[in-house]
Amino acid sequence: MPNRASTGLVAYVNARLLDPATGMDAKGALLINGETIADVGPGLFQAGVPSGIEVVDCNGLCLAPGLVDMRVQVREPGEEHKETLRSAGESAVAGGVTSMVCLPNTHPVIDDVATVEFVARRARQIGLAKIYPYAAATKQLAGKELAEMGMLSEAGALAFTDGTRAIGDAKVMRRALSYAATFGLLIVQHPEEPSLVEDAVMNEGEFATRLGLAGMPAAAEAIMIARDLRLVALTGGRYHAAHLSTAEGIELIRRAKASGLPVTCDTAPPYFALNEQAVGDYRTYAKLSPPLRGETDRLAVIEGLKDGTIDAIASDHAPQDQDSKRVPFTMAEFGGTGLETLLPVTLDLVHDGVLSLVEALRLVTCAPAAILGLAAGRLKTGASADLVLFDPDRAWAIDAKATRSKSKNSPFDGRLVRGMVTRTVVDGRTVFRHEC
Amino acid sequence: MTDTRFQHRHLLGIQGLGPEEITTLLDIADGYVEQNRSVDKRKNLLRGRTVINLFYENSTRTRTSFELAGKRLGADVINMQAAGSSVQKGETLIDTAMTLNAMHLDVLVVRHPDSGAVKLLSEKVNCAVINGGDGSHEHPTQALLDALTIRRRKGQLSGLTVAICGDVLHSRVARSNIHLLNVMGAQVRLIGPRTLLPSGVERMGVEVFHDMRRGLQGVDVIMMLRIQNERMRGNFIPSIREYFHFFGLDQAKLALAKPDAVIMHPGPMNRGVEIDSDVADDVERSLIREQVEMGVAVRMACLDVLTRHLPNRDGAA
Repeated sequence: MPNRASTGLVAYVNARLLDPATGMDAKGALLINGETIADVGPGLFQAGVPSGIEVVDCNGLCLAPGLVDMRVQVREPGEEHKETLRSAGESAVAGGVTSMVCLPNTHPVIDDVATVEFVARRARQIGLAKIYPYAAATKQLAGKELAEMGMLSEAGALAFTDGTRAIGDAKVMRRALSYAATFGLLIVQHPEEPSLVEDAVMNEGEFATRLGLAGMPAAAEAIMIARDLRLVALTGGRYHAAHLSTAEGIELIRRAKASGLPVTCDTAPPYFALNEQAVGDYRTYAKLSPPLRGETDRLAVIEGLKDGTIDAIASDHAPQDQDSKRVPFTMAEFGGTGLETLLPVTLDLVHDGVLSLVEALRLVTCAPAAILGLAAGRLKTGASADLVLFDPDRAWAIDAKATRSKSKNSPFDGRLVRGMVTRTVVDGRTVFRHEC
Repeated sequence: MTDTRFQHRHLLGIQGLGPEEITTLLDIADGYVEQNRSVDKRKNLLRGRTVINLFYENSTRTRTSFELAGKRLGADVINMQAAGSSVQKGETLIDTAMTLNAMHLDVLVVRHPDSGAVKLLSEKVNCAVINGGDGSHEHPTQALLDALTIRRRKGQLSGLTVAICGDVLHSRVARSNIHLLNVMGAQVRLIGPRTLLPSGVERMGVEVFHDMRRGLQGVDVIMMLRIQNERMRGNFIPSIREYFHFFGLDQAKLALAKPDAVIMHPGPMNRGVEIDSDVADDVERSLIREQVEMGVAVRMACLDVLTRHLPNRDGAA
């Protein structure tokens, strides 16, 4: 029931409250007043809820801040046959995502103030998940001339990236970091040396060789990250490496953090839940960028999540229509959908004993919000009432056809998972409910 | 007559000059300001002397200013526009020096696009050399004329806070001014995007700001630098409108400086790029016209002191 008007006070009682920012994991209640959280805690409403307040009984399920997804491709404007801001919004709230940040690789590219404002206006009209844009770091994502980062930031762009393209030229990257640092802005890199992955379609190695497919070496990630880290040291710019997929790349970030550089990174569920074997018999839904890697790299991603080297998990949602995927593997587009599988696949890390529930949620709530400077991802009095209610143990099978995204290209189709979103709340309004 | 307070053979830069030497030049220049304002602007101090303006870069105002300065002191002034001529095409700088030596000139004014080229030439010629701007290195007469302009308006340089704004990376004017203002006891601030501030500049005795509004707070003098158009197309900064929005001097940003703060610009100005027209033309605040006037006086002072060391008509030094 999206767009139901919010009215006054609503109490969510009998909940397992999870607030990763404070580490809270306790039975309790939460009170919403209009669009914001009015109170929250284990002691709240112990003597019962006063009359006049609407009560939602959570039946002991987990109540957490809505997910903050820092890497989503929405395809609008320009490729509305794959996804729109509305269908992405519906997919997001079905996955418990209440804030998402979209890449600038639309048509037109988000590299001017008008396009930034278009995205913000459309997101407000739709009223589902909150949508924030990244803007292009270089004009037209061409990797040559700097975009108007100062004015784009004033218009609402959260950070700057060339999206699914690496900023390949070292001089341009240096100037981008340096110029962004003028205003304290963040550069987000797709860390991959472009010349090493030209025309390649999957991870380089024995498996690619057996399939007869051109491979992308894991070193392409490490080479770009190593270069970028030196440019960060040179410029003092803030840098975030997106969707890390290799042991070497993660080790470089680990050492950079130890030496005090202002760098962060994220990964996406495919890189800790799948490996290159998922490509199997030329499954194009497993054709991702960066590519699914070998098992050693997958385990290194898990290690990076465990020791805190990796700051966040993003869905890396990349919708592609049938025409883009039902083609020979070499010709297929890269990417997989992910908004609706972000939470359950991340919860695998909890069920496998890698992370606690609070630690796992931190990676998809307050941690990405902090990187981007978003006031989101916390159960805090006065904060927007953006919430997800979920059953962490409910088992189900992911069915790509049943997802709300306009595209159905999930690499997790058929996977058995545990953890289901039962309700999503944005600004106090229930925007999604799973009827069970 | 030898002035003991200025003993250098050449004027290659501000770096290396002490406060007394700078004050000497400014005091002498002050006298020439009055002379230039009178009906009889001519003096015969340099009669019989030959001054050559050798310009390897296009310049109108600096070259004209030196020409006028030389002529008002009675020297024979010749302009050699080397840009695009045979001098630039084939001849090495050393060969040019030999040619000039054969012409028996007294003072050579040189502008060159390469940092350090004027110094190299000065080591090979027999005359006094004035640096009219070398690459991104120094432009000493610009810094001196800026100092004279400020001193005449504010009384002194010591204790003032001066903001230098814009393309410091490529600016010889900025470097010479940083040296001069530091030596004379002023506080220097640099304001610009990080892409236009050279590395290590914060160790040259300046305070660096990337937010112009913070950088202008409480300053006495605002020096705007010219930004070249080719640097505005995404290389160093994304666009003119973005540059003007954040780093262009307009009334709103000017309001943050001291109420009696003055505005300077070495020219030629890009109106609507680094400076708003109503600021540039504000007669109360803008010293841009005075700067041009002081330029002639300062260059006369430089020619004056440097020729004092040259052999005179009696053959004595």
